Amino acid sequence: MVNRLLLYLELIRMEFVNNLAYRSFYFTGILNYSIQIGAYFFLWDAVYAGNRVIGGLDREEMITYVIIAWVVRSFYFSNLDRRVGTDIREGKIALELIRPYSYQMVKYARSFGEAIFRMLFFALPAGLAIYLIRPFTLPIGWDSVVMFVIAVLGAFVINAQISMIAGFVVFFTKSPTGVYKAKRVIMDLLSGLLLPISFYPGWARDIIQLLPFQAVSYLPNMIYLGQISGAAAFKVLGLQVFWITVLGLLAHLFWRFAVKHVVIQGG
Amino acid sequence: MAMKLPSSSKTAARYLTIFIHYLAQYIKTKMAYRWDFFIHIFTEFLQQSVSLIFILIIFSKVPAIQGWTRDQVLFIYGFFLVPFGIYSGFFNHLFDVPEKYVLQGEFDRILVRPINAWYQVVVETMRPELLVSMIVGIIIMIHSGSRMGLVPVWWDIPLAAVLVAGAALVYAGVYTFLASLGFWTEGNLGLMPMVYNLSQYGRYPMTIYRGPVRFLLTWILPFAFVGFYPATIVMHRYEYMGYALLTPVVGIVSFVIAYLFWEAGVKRYRGTGS
Repeated sequence: MVNRLLLYLELIRMEFVNNLAYRSFYFTGILNYSIQIGAYFFLWDAVYAGNRVIGGLDREEMITYVIIAWVVRSFYFSNLDRRVGTDIREGKIALELIRPYSYQMVKYARSFGEAIFRMLFFALPAGLAIYLIRPFTLPIGWDSVVMFVIAVLGAFVINAQISMIAGFVVFFTKSPTGVYKAKRVIMDLLSGLLLPISFYPGWARDIIQLLPFQAVSYLPNMIYLGQISGAAAFKVLGLQVFWITVLGLLAHLFWRFAVKHVVIQGG
Repeated sequence: MAMKLPSSSKTAARYLTIFIHYLAQYIKTKMAYRWDFFIHIFTEFLQQSVSLIFILIIFSKVPAIQGWTRDQVLFIYGFFLVPFGIYSGFFNHLFDVPEKYVLQGEFDRILVRPINAWYQVVVETMRPELLVSMIVGIIIMIHSGSRMGLVPVWWDIPLAAVLVAGAALVYAGVYTFLASLGFWTEGNLGLMPMVYNLSQYGRYPMTIYRGPVRFLLTWILPFAFVGFYPATIVMHRYEYMGYALLTPVVGIVSFVIAYLFWEAGVKRYRGTGS
């Protein structure tokens, strides 16, 4: 047990160090995210002309929402789906099967190592740079900060699990790029990255509330803004735990099925 | 000019034949993974739908953005999708040049063939199925155009065709320029996603951007000409006519500058030495 834990810790460290070699790559990443955030900033600034309140958010809150959503995304984002998909496509999964550790845990550990790196060299500097250009609202109290940080960690896990499942789907469709792209597009829309869920029409909100995606972006952002606080914030964390359990189970089922039906392409 | 353009109809026919051969090979490889191919087209539609939903939801909350109505913004987006489709189908993969062609030395193979190098890279990396965005764009334009009571006139279609060609040349120019940088840097600079995101600025009215950003999008990386400016004239709003009519000029100038830069890069190319 302890050995296992040390192994995963070592993997986290390894991935972190690996990423250090590509520091400059993350510098362009920050610029890239800034351009992306800039596009939404200009758009929302124009939409909110006349200082109205839309979907429960005023202009400042909306701009903060967009910035936080993208900065947090720069932390939790990973290529886990691609990595799993590639293992499947290239038949590397066969090798993984004979190794004495959990395939999924190894992938999660490496992703987490990358995420820590991204937090230090991407999310935090990007947040700071953007704050210097266009100050945004900071959380009101320490309790929202703490809850927000925990919710962001939950968001990382849920996003990683969804990516893992997307990777496993490649087993069935044999169509990697299509699956990754579909996953990204669905996440952008349903997680609340593009638009707060409160903007959607009632029927769409009812559906989105039954799905795990909003726990990745919308709910943590609302905690940051203080729109969800106190007992409601604890409920969000509870919801995240619920989805982590369900998605973990689902990923496990996919994995079991995939292992039973493994087909190595072109082997 | 250093451009080796097809000098006679015979050369043009040869280039066309080569295109058809590449296309035939492309279809064969795609049909081997039929599912992948169709899922790909489907996800392209999905992506456009998300952008569409985004616009529709915003306009369900506000009647207009700085005087631009829902249908006008949709029309601009629809127009934008047409040159964007051409770009996705033919020029997007110019971003392979720094890594795949320069760093890994694939460019050797290109240079020993008696066909224009740029043309070869484009037809080798094309993804013609992504032209579907054009269809989506045309449908959006027809829908929003009819909703705003746009009465088409005979010159709309030839004008739109010229503007789309100009806009596509802007894309070709910018991406050729970025690809050419690979001959100097010998590796990927990671600029492509950045420029891609910047190109997306072109699908909204320029009036929402502040001075320096608008200047950048008009005169430096002229993505205002891939959507907004030309779209306004096609939907018969004439405040930006001067800019709109400049679209083909901006396209040609961007592409010529980029192509000269590309030629200079090709001269620098020395292979990987292995």
